[in-house]
Amino acid sequence: MTQRPPSRVIHPWPLRLMHWLNAIAIIILIGSGWEIYNASPFLPFSFPPLVTIGGWLGAAIAWHLAAIWLLMLNGLCYLTWGIASGHFRRKFFPLSPRAVIQEVIQALKLHLSHQTGVYNAVQRLLYLGVIILGILAVLSGLAVWKPVQLWFLSDLFGGFFISRVVHFLVMTGIVLFLAVHLILVALVPKVLPPMITGGRLPESATPSTPMAE
Amino acid sequence: MSPLMIDRRKLFTRALAFGAVSTLPGCNFDHPNHPDIADQVLSAMSRWNDEAQGLLFDRHTLAPTFPASAITRPARFNAFYDISQAPQVNPATWQLALTGRVGNKTPLTLANLRAMKQQSQITRFVCVEGWRVVGQWSGVPLGLLLKSINADLNARYVSFHCADGYFTSIDMASALQPQTIFALDFNGAPLTAPFGAPVRLRIPTKLGYKNPKSIVALNVTNSFPGGYWENQGYNWFGGS
Repeated sequence: MTQRPPSRVIHPWPLRLMHWLNAIAIIILIGSGWEIYNASPFLPFSFPPLVTIGGWLGAAIAWHLAAIWLLMLNGLCYLTWGIASGHFRRKFFPLSPRAVIQEVIQALKLHLSHQTGVYNAVQRLLYLGVIILGILAVLSGLAVWKPVQLWFLSDLFGGFFISRVVHFLVMTGIVLFLAVHLILVALVPKVLPPMITGGRLPESATPSTPMAE
Repeated sequence: MSPLMIDRRKLFTRALAFGAVSTLPGCNFDHPNHPDIADQVLSAMSRWNDEAQGLLFDRHTLAPTFPASAITRPARFNAFYDISQAPQVNPATWQLALTGRVGNKTPLTLANLRAMKQQSQITRFVCVEGWRVVGQWSGVPLGLLLKSINADLNARYVSFHCADGYFTSIDMASALQPQTIFALDFNGAPLTAPFGAPVRLRIPTKLGYKNPKSIVALNVTNSFPGGYWENQGYNWFGGS
């Protein structure tokens, strides 16, 4: 028998599955959300119909309130899996402000290197940040959807209208994250196939930061 | 005048145009009578959302109330037609037809409603489009009215038909919520035609399209009655 060199998967299958389900949900939610916003814009612009989903308000709401179940169930699976498997602990922590600042400066000098399988401090901050934005998006969305029944959420965000504004701002944050996310994938395209196939990382590859386990 | 109507017409024109040219025909409820698979999935999810909202609904949770200073002036007109098209109903001859699971089917007159206990509220009216206004409405609590006509309070739905052809329906739990009223007055005076004279439903726990105006018939039933907008794709429960 031939022994293959020991290796491990870069992205385990639950993560890949949840990543792409989340991508589908997010795209539907953003596109339909823009159409819903267009029905009563509170800023002096509307989203072009070309990039909205639904075609009219009734359908946009139907898409939005269908996709939210996918996002919430998938998100709950992700949070549960991330905590239970130690994924969050290994990948996101430790996260020191100093490391973030240093690496942002490095990145601005175009010195940021990609080390497969290990998140640098900026990545850690972005991924943690977008998880928090996702949770805020769901909570502010619930506050807009049910200002009477979920009055405590509505009050938490400062009432019905401010909940709408918060929901919009959180969406903007997620869209900015997606822009950075996609630009980074475009700059380092070798990171894309492992998110589909899983990829393999040689066991000998040692991460720059010590693992917590 | 409200820009709403134009917006809505535009949305519909767009929906029709979209349906005609789109490479994804039907993913938008553009042909309610010919649903494709996307429409069927969205409809199923919308019914699921009705169930979820029914479970979330608590009859004892009250919609927020506001001081008189918060009342939106001038009041905002909204309908699926222009303000000049608002139905003119003669209050002297108006009657409320009562059908379905109702013990006493004698039609009610305005005098009958005026003679009943009235309740006043300053509440927020939230449109499905996202805008909101505050107004004062007063009238007969729907729960009281239903009891007075000996309606089956265990029935599932109460539906309403309007002088302008509009119709909608609500779940019984929401009908019995204490702030759900058959409004006769708006901002201190009897309702005017654009705002639903002589009687409209005011239900601050639901979105605007669940607040039918110029009601001429009330039906208590166990078979799903749907509604004007709901049959075109808006969520039926429409709760806030």
